[in-house]
Amino acid sequence: MIVKRKKMTLAERLYLPTIIGGFSVSIRHFFRKKITLRYPEEKWTLPQGYRGIPHLVKDQNGRVKCVACQMCEFICPPKAIKVIPPGPDEHPERGEIEKEPAEFQIDMSRCIFCGYCQEICPEEAIFLMNRYSMTTHSRKEMILNKEKLLELGGIREDSVMKWENKHKPRIF
Amino acid sequence: MINKDQLQNKEEIPMIDIKIDGKAISIPKTRPHSVTGKQEPTTIIQACSIAGVDIPHFCYHPRLPVSGNCRMCLIEYGIPAIDRDRKPILNPDGTPVIRKMPRPAIACFFNDTATTEIYTNTEAVKQYRQAVLEFLLINHPLDCPICDQAGDCKLQEYVHQYGQETSRFVEDKVIKPKKRAISSKIILDNERCVLCTRCVRFTREIIGIPALGILNRGGLNQISNYPGSDFEHNYTLNAVDLCPVGALTSRDFRFRMRSWFLSETKSICPGCATGCNIIIHSRDKQIYRLKPRENDNVNSVWMCDYGRLNYKWVNAQNRLTHVFAENTDGTQVESDWLSTLKKIISVLEKTPPKTTAILVSSRLSTEEIYLISKLAKRLDAFTDSISHLGEGDSFLLNKDLTPNSKAIQIFKLASKTPGDRIAEISKNIDEGKIRNLLVFGEDPIKSGIAPGILGRLDLFVICDILVNPSSKEAQYLLPGASFAEKQGTFINAQGRVQRFGKAFSPIGDARPEYWILANILTKITQESWPLTPEGIFNKITATTPGFENMTWELLGTVGMDIVSTANTTE
Ligand code: SF4
Ligand code: SF4
Ligand code: SF4
Ligand code: SF4
Ligand code: FES
Repeated sequence: MIVKRKKMTLAERLYLPTIIGGFSVSIRHFFRKKITLRYPEEKWTLPQGYRGIPHLVKDQNGRVKCVACQMCEFICPPKAIKVIPPGPDEHPERGEIEKEPAEFQIDMSRCIFCGYCQEICPEEAIFLMNRYSMTTHSRKEMILNKEKLLELGGIREDSVMKWENKHKPRIF
Repeated sequence: MINKDQLQNKEEIPMIDIKIDGKAISIPKTRPHSVTGKQEPTTIIQACSIAGVDIPHFCYHPRLPVSGNCRMCLIEYGIPAIDRDRKPILNPDGTPVIRKMPRPAIACFFNDTATTEIYTNTEAVKQYRQAVLEFLLINHPLDCPICDQAGDCKLQEYVHQYGQETSRFVEDKVIKPKKRAISSKIILDNERCVLCTRCVRFTREIIGIPALGILNRGGLNQISNYPGSDFEHNYTLNAVDLCPVGALTSRDFRFRMRSWFLSETKSICPGCATGCNIIIHSRDKQIYRLKPRENDNVNSVWMCDYGRLNYKWVNAQNRLTHVFAENTDGTQVESDWLSTLKKIISVLEKTPPKTTAILVSSRLSTEEIYLISKLAKRLDAFTDSISHLGEGDSFLLNKDLTPNSKAIQIFKLASKTPGDRIAEISKNIDEGKIRNLLVFGEDPIKSGIAPGILGRLDLFVICDILVNPSSKEAQYLLPGASFAEKQGTFINAQGRVQRFGKAFSPIGDARPEYWILANILTKITQESWPLTPEGIFNKITATTPGFENMTWELLGTVGMDIVSTANTTE
């Protein structure tokens, strides 16, 4: 295809009107309210429902809420999550709680902050919170492990506390 | 297990015409009983399964006696109407009037031969199903996030398909014992149990130990092993497969992987000479469990616990994952396939006849054993194998704990009592007559070759899957592939050739033995040998008596019997 070149008018050939037009835009913005932040000294106030880095949470009794169901690992589009289930060994110190992940990793160099993991989690154990900045010296450090994720996630009130209700069986 | 009458009952069974959901179909009037094999009137659920109509069910299982306790399979049916004189009422066109019966029937048990119409998708049937599921869920713990059955669970499936969306139950659920170890291999969760009694019927009717039963009444009903009687047996894990929900779970698989991550590969159990058909469940080059696969000619739908748990060696710590070659100073260093095979071939090419011995494992595939027989022929080599015998039992487990001894016999790599030539081979190595020793999948020192004399060999190759005590003596150590990492066939004790599939590619630098052998053979025989099991198998069928009418394709998923030469001469 041949693109026809339009013949330029005199005003266009002079450039000046265009330059003035450009400057007027800059000057307009110069006197407007500033919207840039002096990051990192100044921090952004996040809107409600912001989807930051996913974290694991504990309930008010300090129990790890994640039960290693691996639903988040299944749904995660970029395959950022890796859950290592605990295996058959009993952990008497956990009491009635049957299952807790042996290890939980999120590769933050893969995560796309979609929030699917939070949405699918049947135990309300994983939340995308307010942390958005993550700087590390290597890709390896971008992989957050269970300990780190729990530390970042902190405590979240659980209204159901289903494990509390698993008393000793009434019959034997 | 396999019932010969069931298979050989060739006499004509009369057919009857019925209508299922308005579709006409003709079905056999009788079907063999699940356990005894005796012909009995066809039940509605069997008729529907022939017609390809799904009926949800918990307690019914095609291989167990019918119990009819879960009511999940309720359907409606119609029979020809009769008048007061018991004469059929006819339509104007002469066909009988069919009247829908006012009450439903359970499809798994109901076999009234007068039935001419079955309705499985009426409004009433939908309500029956919904109601049964609602009752089941009343005391169900909804443990799905931590339940190993999730993804395979019949209750989940049916609730999703036929159940109602929300629960109307507001009282407290009954609390029953959870995580009870009822045997060293099985964990029982009474809350998840739907009391279908499949496990009870299995232990009584199939393995004949009345170990399980139901305690208490009503809402407190629960499965238990009889106090004091343990549930230890070589077939107990089949009860875990039978359990439609997550009440019985295998300790071995417990909390190790969710079922939806596992890919399934059709395979053959390498545990013994019975060759039970199995499915390998694996993820990321790791086997998580083996499950039986239906084959009426071999294992029905069962397998033994020994075979089921005999897979850990595939991912074991002492797996051979790299090629090793001996240095001049006697230490083994990592090497590569190309240079190692070149060196092995250069020795074998020049060696005079009768100077080579080959020790073959009966765990190799038929194709590999065949290639070894060709290699032995070319080198005029001494060959032998080792038998690995166990206890065996009267159900499935064979005394011979290797899957392919039959192929060793067919290709004549050992005498009827494998291992009887070892002493002679050892003597010949000692006297310097045998200069090369090739070992596939066995431990030569444990097999009976004197340890001190191995240093005298010009060529000593061990190709194996695991490191064994003799490995450090070898000049060349080649990592082989396990049954899960290659394709091939095993020939079971009855002489049935069965194909196994590849679940994942070999770990590390390991290679299938057939690849190694075909490469060596191609070089030293100047012929070209196929590098695929399929090609090799089709070569076998062309030259081996009894295999004439087989091809790789025809073997399919259930295998074919070797035509015994005795039969053909008759
Ligand atoms: S937010 Fe999305 S991408 Fe990130 S871990 Fe969760 S599911 Fe994966
Ligand atoms: S975070 Fe939630 S979805 Fe992910 S494994 Fe744990 S319980 Fe399951
Ligand atoms: S038995 Fe089925 S429905 Fe019940 S908790 Fe297990 S997976 Fe869920
Ligand atoms: S344990 Fe499983 S197989 Fe046995 S009765 Fe309960 S649900 Fe059925
Ligand atoms: S399957 Fe028919 S009653 Fe259970």
